[in-house]
Amino acid sequence: MRDNCKSGRIVRAPENFVAPELAHDITKDGLSAERRGFLRRSFLAAGAALATGAAGRAAAQAVGEGDPAILALPQHSRTLGQAVAANPYGMPSKYETNLLRRESPGLTRVSQASVAFTPLQGLFGIITPSGLHFERHHQGWQDIDPSQHRLMINGLVKNPKVYTMDDLMRMPSVSRMHFIECGANTAMEWGNVAVPTVQYSHGMLSCSEFTGVPLSVLLEDCGWDKKNGKFVLAEGADGSSMTRTIDISRALDDVIVAWGMNGEMLRPENGYPLRLVVPGVQGVSWVKWLRRIEVGDQPWATKDEAVHYIDAMPDGSYRQYTSIQECKSVITTPSGGQQLLDKGFYNITGLAWSGRGKIRRVDVSVDGGRNWRTARLEGPVLGKCFTRFNIDWVWDGGPCVLQSRAIDDTGYVQPKINELRAVRGTRSIYHNNAIQSWKVAESGEVANVQVY
Amino acid sequence: MSRFIKVQVAPALLLAGVLAFVGGAASAQTLTNIGRPATSKEIAAWDIDVRPDFKGLPKGSGTVSAGMVVWEGKCASCHGTFGESNEVFTPIIGGTTADDVRSGHVAALATNRQPQRTTLMKVATVSTLWDYINRAMPWIAPKSLTTEEVYAVLAYILNMAEVVPDDFTLSDQNIAEVQKRMPNRNGMSMAHGMWDVKGKPDVKSVACMKDCPATGLRSTLPEVSRNAHGNIALQNRPFGAVRGVDTGKPAATLAPAPALTAPAPVGTAQAVGPNAMTLAQQNACLGCHGLKDKLVGPGFAQIAAKYKGDASAGAALAAKIRNGGAGVWGPVPMPAQSQLKDAELQALAGWILNGAK
Repeated sequence: MRDNCKSGRIVRAPENFVAPELAHDITKDGLSAERRGFLRRSFLAAGAALATGAAGRAAAQAVGEGDPAILALPQHSRTLGQAVAANPYGMPSKYETNLLRRESPGLTRVSQASVAFTPLQGLFGIITPSGLHFERHHQGWQDIDPSQHRLMINGLVKNPKVYTMDDLMRMPSVSRMHFIECGANTAMEWGNVAVPTVQYSHGMLSCSEFTGVPLSVLLEDCGWDKKNGKFVLAEGADGSSMTRTIDISRALDDVIVAWGMNGEMLRPENGYPLRLVVPGVQGVSWVKWLRRIEVGDQPWATKDEAVHYIDAMPDGSYRQYTSIQECKSVITTPSGGQQLLDKGFYNITGLAWSGRGKIRRVDVSVDGGRNWRTARLEGPVLGKCFTRFNIDWVWDGGPCVLQSRAIDDTGYVQPKINELRAVRGTRSIYHNNAIQSWKVAESGEVANVQVY
Repeated sequence: MSRFIKVQVAPALLLAGVLAFVGGAASAQTLTNIGRPATSKEIAAWDIDVRPDFKGLPKGSGTVSAGMVVWEGKCASCHGTFGESNEVFTPIIGGTTADDVRSGHVAALATNRQPQRTTLMKVATVSTLWDYINRAMPWIAPKSLTTEEVYAVLAYILNMAEVVPDDFTLSDQNIAEVQKRMPNRNGMSMAHGMWDVKGKPDVKSVACMKDCPATGLRSTLPEVSRNAHGNIALQNRPFGAVRGVDTGKPAATLAPAPALTAPAPVGTAQAVGPNAMTLAQQNACLGCHGLKDKLVGPGFAQIAAKYKGDASAGAALAAKIRNGGAGVWGPVPMPAQSQLKDAELQALAGWILNGAK
């Protein structure tokens, strides 16, 4: 790759009052008298900057006497606003209609066993809004009446027990912030570039504060068999009754039986009223609509740990019970499908996380991995949680390739895709934690690429 | 385990109508009066898992021929007559050989001769299939099969995969013998560091900082994929540091940046007859029919187009929904929907013929 960004020609993006069709025509054919007249009228009305002259020429920011957004007092400054509790459950602004959970067309054929991706490209900080938490269901989602929900603990325990939500919510609770990532996140990129934006390449990923009772407290309460109990099985109450095996040492460590998410109850799509939280482990183990925990002395080899969520190796074997989400990061802005408005200053921002602990460092390259600078980590930096990173960047208008590389507190360095492939081949679906590359063209358009 | 939850729980005294908390030394308390013993009937009702050592497997049996009846009535519509269909789910059958049954390694996993990896190519443990069919199948009516039906349909699947013969009866008595014939029974490995939080990673990278080895552009988004996820301009804010690219247009070169699209309403709600749409959702119609396009069966808009102008279509379609059938749109049978009332059938039929709008 190029060592440095060469300078290129920069254009200011047209403002929105120029209709896309007109802007396109101007780009193609230049300005006719008719278009000139139209633009002048638009300009007088809106008074903002716009592209003039031949295609490709930078436009001056014409302000004239001043910005009408300032000079003409807007309606909202001259009228009475709305009453409190007009929206008893607050919703995003009516202008925030673009950042939504979305499916990837063609990825799955049945929408009840599908994925809706989180729009990482426009989110800030480390908490994912609950309404934008990614969805992945195996047989559709349910909205379960909490008064009818039960949690059973059985198997190698002295006292098999049943708990209601009343019981569970009386227990000593903890609140902890953790990321959740589907094991298949970034699956489509094992071979070649396949999707346009970070929403689809990395959006099976969210981070929330979860509240619940540690599983260890429940296991203790039931008198689990400390001699023979080696594993637990978690089982959901939905149609799929999703099941996954969890090692007992992990179950006793930081696993939570959670009802709370970001200060309120879990959303139905995320397991209302009860789900398992298994920090650092792929999302499939975070069983939703949790109805049962069984203690046993062997793993269960359930469908989602014997047919799916197994890692295909080049020799034809499969790795079973791969669970940890290893250290990974991605630049969320600027990212694929985005358009830089002009050359000059930008804040490169992104997320880093590790299933083995805390993020120690994130480095960013703007020259396709030849040279790196260390980014600022925003606090708090927590174990098995998102860490937000930022770094200053002045784009000189030339083509660039942006990358981020995270290092966790075990010293593990996020690998390049070719380093992953050298060990695991290209047939795997799961656990792709490779460095992501975004190419910035001279036009300012950012695109998903693989660079190594 | 040394984890010890410290809680402050104090006995409450009721004094003259005022709750006063006393005590409060920081010490763990037993969880008195929380939860209750599970009854043996409750455990039997929910503890349905079957392990690779067949712990949890109920007694019972089923023949290949009985399994074929179950399959054709309840499974083939999604999985295909021979379990080979790739239309709704990935195929179950295919890619295994008699050699694989002998060796316990599916050779096609290494050679990649089979383009799509089937369930039988991957699964190492027959218990997994029994457990999953029993807990989650059929797709729209999970947990509705009897124990005998689960044995039978699993026998049929194993027969289609040529693991057991045509006259086979699968039972709790012989399933361990069948396990010894599973094509990929030796195909799994736990020799990796991704189970234990302290496990050893298999890939070791180094963090070079300056003048690192030269890199190259190896892969870019195919042009055909540029707009495959919809217009990206509408998936980013129309203000802020960046915009979304208008992927409805080709990539700009050095020309002015692509015209930015004004914020447009996204996800506009379709005007639907709420009752019919609700009915379609509640009865899992949409599991097999798209509103517009074919999934397993025809899309509703396709049905509407086919019968446009046919005055008798309403009654005929209502009857078709109630009784099920096959042939009009292909060989995959639609199950009968006899649970629907007349008014519901008419609402659904009318809505579908109106294009499911």
